[in-house]
Amino acid sequence: MTDRAFPPRAWLTAFLGIARRETLRFVNQRGRFLAALVRPLVWLFIFAAGFRAVLGLSITPPYQTYVLYEVYVTPGLCAMIQLFNGMQSSLSMVHDRETGAMRTLLVSPFPRWFLLASKLVAGVLVSIIQVYTFLAIAWFWDVQPPIWGYLAVLPALILSGMMLGAMGLFLSSAIRQLENFAGVMNFVIFPMFFASSALYPLWRMRESSTLLHDICAVNPFTHAVELIRFALYLQVNWLSLGVVLGCLALFFGGAVFMYDPSKGLLARRRGKP
Amino acid sequence: MSSAALDITDLSHQFGRRRALDQVSLVVPRGNFTALLGVNGAGKTTLFSLITRLYDNRSGRIRVAGHDLRQNPAQALARLGVVFQSRALDADLTVRQNLSYHASLHGIGRHQAKGRIAQVLDQVGLSQRAGDRITALSGGQQRRAEIARALIHRPDILLLDEATVGLDVKSRAEVLALTRALIADHGVSVLWATHIMDEIHPSDDLVILHEGRVLRQGRAGDIAGQAGLTRTFLDLTGVSA
Repeated sequence: MTDRAFPPRAWLTAFLGIARRETLRFVNQRGRFLAALVRPLVWLFIFAAGFRAVLGLSITPPYQTYVLYEVYVTPGLCAMIQLFNGMQSSLSMVHDRETGAMRTLLVSPFPRWFLLASKLVAGVLVSIIQVYTFLAIAWFWDVQPPIWGYLAVLPALILSGMMLGAMGLFLSSAIRQLENFAGVMNFVIFPMFFASSALYPLWRMRESSTLLHDICAVNPFTHAVELIRFALYLQVNWLSLGVVLGCLALFFGGAVFMYDPSKGLLARRRGKP
Repeated sequence: MSSAALDITDLSHQFGRRRALDQVSLVVPRGNFTALLGVNGAGKTTLFSLITRLYDNRSGRIRVAGHDLRQNPAQALARLGVVFQSRALDADLTVRQNLSYHASLHGIGRHQAKGRIAQVLDQVGLSQRAGDRITALSGGQQRRAEIARALIHRPDILLLDEATVGLDVKSRAEVLALTRALIADHGVSVLWATHIMDEIHPSDDLVILHEGRVLRQGRAGDIAGQAGLTRTFLDLTGVSA
């Protein structure tokens, strides 16, 4: 029997294998790609056009001047793509657990944190492809940030995608059955999206309700949106960066704990891991 | 290094207040077919979940090819090949893509994996179906693909949890014959969990598990004695025929 200690190359092989599998599944499910793209485009083409007439926007950082509502809403829609992608990954984890495919991953000799991190990063890569496709289409709709913004937004997309993906991973460990996923839509995705700065600036919220404004201000999704928004205009929102990094650590730590064979809930209750 | 492919000592596990395994000890010798016989709910799947570290064992010890699963999980898991009771292949992918994915989860590079995939598919007789999606395979072929997947990293021991459940008689016989051939041709050890007594030969090692406890362990022919395996099993477990 040969020595089975893993050289660095083996770790890379394992990561690439997981990334390839996620990409293949994505490619095989063309409907998923279309749905991921159609959703924000409907918001941009229809919702934003309607709101443009009723919602006046004063100058709000990072914008230097008045902007069209379509321009304002685009970073929020980028984050929405990532939010839905994170939830899709979560759904896929629950599905894998129900079908048994998850076991193939979990019985790998690599540490579980590494397997989860690889799956997380692979999912984020897929979401970034979706976001850039959306931004390319939005460019023809007169949403044209500085050209370097497209590059500067990449690290922001990676971090926000990781945070939202880690949240999906964490949720997947707590969801027992696919049927429960509708609850996630109602209690996680929609509140997170609507109670954020994705669709309207926070000062607008304060005009309506201070409480709602405060809820939006502590919503991690707001900070994912603002991180993307500022990066797209070549600026860094340090508060949002800190919140996104903190939430990423919290959600991923929670997911690793929940999937740990000795500590997490899976170990304490009978069920399909 | 232990001479056993799998060595389990005093293993217990609880789900809440329910004790699923109680002081289980068993040994699977190298190059041997060991049947783990028990009715549904006997604790076979829980035992497999602990051996594959889907859950950690809180008491007792599990050693795979001499490696303690708690102290050295990477070495222990690298030596295990597993076929779970429920299908664990990705239906969206082809047979080859599934095997390639599994190879990468063991750190086997693409070039090396390519050769091994061809080899294991040949072993299980699925070379012609490598490019087919899993959903295009029959139940028996899917089981053989799962065995190929479990073999790709060349494990010392193969665990099969009710691998023939849901298969027709012909497919069942094929899967069982294939598994026995792996022992003869490649020296792999097998722990075969089942509730079907016809699948056990008198010369096999046998462990009878019931309500989380090992009731008998030894050569199947010796345990069966004059009464036969079915009668002996029913008498031991108190299960009515």
